[in-house]
Amino acid sequence: MKWHVLRPLWLAIGLVVVILIARQFMVPEDFGVHGDSFTYNFYRLSNVQEWKDFPVKHQGRESCVECHEENVTTLNASPHAPIECENCHGPSVGHPDDVELLPIERAREHCLRCHASLDYPNHARSELPNVRDRTHKRRRECVTCHYPHDPREKPE
Amino acid sequence: MSCSRRDFLKQACGGTLASVLPVSAFTFLSPEEARAAVENANVRWAFLVDTRKCVGCGLCVKACKNENEIPYDAPVTRTWVERMGGRDGFIDNVINGEEIDPDNIAKAFFVPKLCNQCDNPPCVQVCPVGATYQTDDGVVLVDRDWCIGCGYCIMACPYGVRFFHPVHKVADKCNFCYHRITKGMNPACVESCAFDARRIANLRDPDDPVTKIITTERVAVLKDEYGTKPHVFYIGLDENVR
Amino acid sequence: MTSEAVVHGVEWTVKELFVYPNEFIYWSIQIVMYPYMTGLVAGAFVLSSLYHVFGQKDLKEIAQFSLVFSLALLPVAALPLLLHLQQPLRAMEPLLTPHFTSAISAFGIVFTAYALIVISEIWFVYRRYFVDQVHELKGKEGFANMLRLNVYRALTMGSFDISEEALRVDHKAAKILAGVGIPVACFLHGYAGFIFGSVKANALWMSPLMPVIFIMSAVVSGIALCMLTYIVIMEWKAFRKRRTEGVTAAIEIKGAETDIINTATKYLLGFLVAAISLEILDLIFRGYTAMKSWDILRSVMYGKDFINIFVLQYTLGNLVPFVLLLLPGRTLKRTVVALLLVLFGVFMMRWNVVIGGQAFSLSFSGYMHYHIPIIPHSVETFKEGLFGALTVIVTPFVLFWMINKFVPSLERGEEAKY
Repeated sequence: MKWHVLRPLWLAIGLVVVILIARQFMVPEDFGVHGDSFTYNFYRLSNVQEWKDFPVKHQGRESCVECHEENVTTLNASPHAPIECENCHGPSVGHPDDVELLPIERAREHCLRCHASLDYPNHARSELPNVRDRTHKRRRECVTCHYPHDPREKPE
Repeated sequence: MSCSRRDFLKQACGGTLASVLPVSAFTFLSPEEARAAVENANVRWAFLVDTRKCVGCGLCVKACKNENEIPYDAPVTRTWVERMGGRDGFIDNVINGEEIDPDNIAKAFFVPKLCNQCDNPPCVQVCPVGATYQTDDGVVLVDRDWCIGCGYCIMACPYGVRFFHPVHKVADKCNFCYHRITKGMNPACVESCAFDARRIANLRDPDDPVTKIITTERVAVLKDEYGTKPHVFYIGLDENVR
Repeated sequence: MTSEAVVHGVEWTVKELFVYPNEFIYWSIQIVMYPYMTGLVAGAFVLSSLYHVFGQKDLKEIAQFSLVFSLALLPVAALPLLLHLQQPLRAMEPLLTPHFTSAISAFGIVFTAYALIVISEIWFVYRRYFVDQVHELKGKEGFANMLRLNVYRALTMGSFDISEEALRVDHKAAKILAGVGIPVACFLHGYAGFIFGSVKANALWMSPLMPVIFIMSAVVSGIALCMLTYIVIMEWKAFRKRRTEGVTAAIEIKGAETDIINTATKYLLGFLVAAISLEILDLIFRGYTAMKSWDILRSVMYGKDFINIFVLQYTLGNLVPFVLLLLPGRTLKRTVVALLLVLFGVFMMRWNVVIGGQAFSLSFSGYMHYHIPIIPHSVETFKEGLFGALTVIVTPFVLFWMINKFVPSLERGEEAKY
């Protein structure tokens, strides 16, 4: 047997060694099977924490009530009570520190999301008070006549 | 090649292999580590959608996009409401640019869609690098620092919930707002839904009211024929919904 | 929306009827090129192995050529994937953290193993030539000669033994590698088929026949490309020789050898029949079992993609060349036309699988149409457009030209002993 035959093999082994050494440096330490199954639980463990640390944008009514107690009380007593403040006022992250004013959604289209009448049978929209966009006070903002925090009232 | 040199190479290579192998390939956990890893095993997130309550306002989609930093005008989304898209809600009878005569519609309703956080997620199975995975509480996450962007997971999902994030250029999908549910908050879409059409449940908690609905009432899942064991349950599903 | 926030797929996807919002043609032209190019690699290698392993003596010359050509094609099998990745800088990760339940994860390993086999085989076949070159160039003046000398020195990997026994061992090693290479080549390509066949979400792709169909059509396209390149190069050489040396050298100016072409054609036809049979079987089975997805599949296959599938792929790409090759009195020109059609047919098959598989929505109620970007106006529309595909097609020929400067795969007569 002539040993020169094995030279390509050394080349191959060298390549494998290079890859294995590269893995040492390039694969994060916490990469592995964290759980029962290689199929579904093979990952970098610290990524879970990274997702948990993803910034929360919508803070909820509890954070609004701290300053805007009056509005929240009105809202809570109205038919619009199930609607979150941030649905119309936008996510409150950074408010009021960075963002003095939250953008208030006054557009007609915003109200029409729930209150445009769709003439289909069998869906929940028809149970809400609704209007036809084409015939109901065209091109006027709904909030000029309806107070959003309590739609039974007129705005002041 | 001399014998001594060959021996040297053999030993050197063998030594390198031996030093590298134990920490490579697969890291198997000891029983203690395994138990520590599944300390969360008393949580299994699931979702309940009541299609009878949905009015198609699309505020869930809006909240989701804002909460999860998905560019608002990009035509991709982690959740949507069928008829279609629904980011801006449904305010007229126009479907795909065509005005539909209401008399021609026998039944109509809205179906919110989101990631099903499957028990057997095909998207995870096909990821070549382990950049997407199932957490111990059942949510499927994407590692944005490790995803190579091959798109295989997008192809493998029967529900079409995955897409390439337009900014990060990696696969992206709904994760039940993992950053919120792990802090005891509701997902943004659940929070923004004024009609209780969307609710989150912990299936391991027998006292969870939503879990009670899922376990005692008639609920359905989407595309169960794929064997994915989806964990978004629907009330009032129709055979036409796919 | 800023220019950076372009959604992948929006540029070239047109939706029709009910399609989920996140559905786009995510796998576009480069994923058509990927199985096409791997197919050519595998096919070229199988053709060369027919000589090295099974001793098909009449294939000898085309075998040497296709071995080297498969090396030139090899990097190009990975190129489309690199162009397709959204994060090309992370392309090494499948080697670092391979997730073996994914069909794609094996690519790096199989591809590297296969590359090593091809390179080693070439080394064994041409080692004596490298050593001869070193001896010949030694002591010659000039920078070019110095450069060549050093390249050849490196290529010998320090092994200068060209005794009778050493060469016999070389020959044996090449034969073993060629034998090992066949299953690896088939695996490399068969699993490209598996990548598609195992996607249960896709009604068109999911089929256990997919890997086999891919292998068969791969061998067809590989043989066709090798024959074609061989004919073109040999004819060009003959043409040049005729012009420079006149008619006197008539015996040496033979172009492509008829009997080589004849034998290769026989193999080509055999594999072509196997490939078509399997594809038709798959089609019939889908229609006969008529699962839920059949309605939309039928509307795509018999409606929207009818021209692509039945006219361009089956008729123009399979039937016509089949007849052209079988009809008696075949000329070289007719063979060339038939080979071009075969290559086109296999390309259309890849197209119809990859693009056709995304032509319908997962909702089974809508369609997507692919409009390949022609004029690139961004990196993405270049990479996943016509010019990206052309780059992939041209590269192997450039590589072959470069490799051939050092490894004479096209020499004949006295030099062909290597």
